[in-house]
Amino acid sequence: MSEPNRARPAPDAPRRVSPGSVRRAFQPWNEPQARPIVEFRQVVKRFGAVTAVDHVSLALYPREFFALLGASGCGKTTLMRMLAGFETPDAGEILLDGVDITAVPAHLRPVNMMFQSYALFPHLSVADNIAYGLKREGLPRPEIARRVEEMLALVKLEGLGRRKPDQLSGGQRQRVALARSLAKRPKLLLLDEPMAALDRKLREATQFELMDLQSELGTTFMVVTHDQDEAMTMADRMAVMERGRLLQIAPPDLIYEAPANRYVAEFVGDINVFEARIRAVEGELVSADAPLIGAIAFDEEAVRLAAGESVAIGLRPEKIMLSHEEPPQPVNKVRGEIWDIGYLGDMTMVQVMIGGDAGRLLKVSLTNSTRRIARPFAWEDEVWLSWDVEAGLVLPP
Amino acid sequence: MSRSAGAARRVLVAIPYLWLGLFFLLPFAIVLRMALSDAATALPPYAPHFEGPGQLGAFLAALDLENLQLLFADALYWQSYLTSLRIAALTTLSALMIGYPLAYAMAAAPRRWQGLLVLLVILPFWTSFLIRVYAWAGILRPDGLLDAALMGLGLTSEPLRLLNTEAAVLIGMVYSYLPFMVLPLYATLQKLDPSLLEAAADLGATPAAAFRTVTLPLSLPGILAGAALVFIPAIGEFVIPDLLGGPETGMIGKVLWTEFFSNRDWPLASAVAIVLLLVLVLPLALLQRWQMARAGRAGDGP
Repeated sequence: MSEPNRARPAPDAPRRVSPGSVRRAFQPWNEPQARPIVEFRQVVKRFGAVTAVDHVSLALYPREFFALLGASGCGKTTLMRMLAGFETPDAGEILLDGVDITAVPAHLRPVNMMFQSYALFPHLSVADNIAYGLKREGLPRPEIARRVEEMLALVKLEGLGRRKPDQLSGGQRQRVALARSLAKRPKLLLLDEPMAALDRKLREATQFELMDLQSELGTTFMVVTHDQDEAMTMADRMAVMERGRLLQIAPPDLIYEAPANRYVAEFVGDINVFEARIRAVEGELVSADAPLIGAIAFDEEAVRLAAGESVAIGLRPEKIMLSHEEPPQPVNKVRGEIWDIGYLGDMTMVQVMIGGDAGRLLKVSLTNSTRRIARPFAWEDEVWLSWDVEAGLVLPP
Repeated sequence: MSRSAGAARRVLVAIPYLWLGLFFLLPFAIVLRMALSDAATALPPYAPHFEGPGQLGAFLAALDLENLQLLFADALYWQSYLTSLRIAALTTLSALMIGYPLAYAMAAAPRRWQGLLVLLVILPFWTSFLIRVYAWAGILRPDGLLDAALMGLGLTSEPLRLLNTEAAVLIGMVYSYLPFMVLPLYATLQKLDPSLLEAAADLGATPAAAFRTVTLPLSLPGILAGAALVFIPAIGEFVIPDLLGGPETGMIGKVLWTEFFSNRDWPLASAVAIVLLLVLVLPLALLQRWQMARAGRAGDGP
């Protein structure tokens, strides 16, 4: 189906013109003179027959908030643990500030980590937990006391320094873990699923606090998470990892709007994917035929396509419009019947069956921008689905 | 339903207390009564002073602490207590020094091996304790297995004459009580969250510092449990000093045995037992208080 001469796009090469990055000002990865703070070079880690990390190359820049996103078992935690020094790569090298640290033991690395379990010392008070790294550094007592107070204030836990970890709530424990990992003022902070143990409301608030903290301190953050909302909310750039490989490294909006391949498109957000056969390519405009839908058209710049070729096309649910009347446009529309309506408060997820009862379901999301009680669409309604030429995405396998 | 459940709970709680009352408190009272009696040529060989609750006043007025006083007056007795304390303390310390690395290695071993390793630690219990101590006598006696091996290797030129010394007692005690140290230590170390050590390393602790500041304090409950399990039986130990020790290793257990069976001075033997119990109960009560205080501190906030 794919031509042999068509190179797959490199994970961090933008496939097409940016749809408009949210954070334009800070893009050191696009500046050739920027010096990365961390570099993974062709790093490999195997556990028995399993290759947890498979030739990963990655550069993080100072002050960057980087998120490593992937399903459990994809190797993201292993990649982070190699940076902390808890695992040794089988091949490749890891550079910190341009220095190869591959063979440096964990306790000598100027990198700190916030553990998923928090790993607070249960026999030490909150203050002693925070002071632990400073004491190992051999700082004078008054300096340690001052830094501990500073850290307690930073994470808003003033007055709780004498408590033991088991006398704190989950959210407070998370803050202590954060304070402890920041106490040594590391240039790079690793956060392993930092929000996993928090409930949803607290998680949202903490995400924004963490972002504020990061920009205030100027520390480079690398977060490992399986939660795409968390990654997209916080990160300047994120990487999607699958089976030990980085599939795409890009700002969150590019990951979502211009996924590098089908896995990324399906992992991050919801998407309808269908096969289509290319009919004609006129400049950037591609026309194609899709089973059950008919004639479609879409813009495509990065991937060169040829007539007769079969490709996977992705359509995000929010890019599809729903109407009772047939839209005037000649292509990019299909009739269907509403099978399911899922009301989520801020939006409604509608499942529409196209091509009759034995056809397939397409997901459409509607924003509930008004408070009216009577919804315009009901179960078993005959409706039209339509979308713009910018909506369709070619998804390399 | 709830009434009968409450009653059932009371019965369940009552059973162990009944057991303790019947087989610990009552015998203790009998021994105490014996300790406050005079030796006599009778059957049993003592003349009790305490005849019953009716004569309590008279008994207290004429309270005879002669046996207890003798224990402190006669050097044989208090020196035996001191010897027992010293040997028990040395045994506990040696068992800790040997047992801690052993338990640590067991806890660090791959999980599928750990069951086997625990089995190996408790394997000696499958043979009679007495036979194992006799075996040590065979190993340690002049020209025994140990001497033969050392002299055969050319490491020593003459027999070490270890048997019937305090060193032999210590070897036998450490050997016999080591599993009681290893098992609670292993249980504590095995539960230790490995991410705590990673966190320590992450914060700049060398492996030695991480051990000192994390592993050691968190295994303190295991150390205390193991020390208690070794120290308590070791202090009253009779068989090992009798079989491996010499005349100078007069441990209190042996004195008690001699008073009871050889001299047939039951009141004095009882007094020895009472004092031994006090020697053990006092430090244990203090330990208990310390642990309660620690748990209390962790339980309530400032």
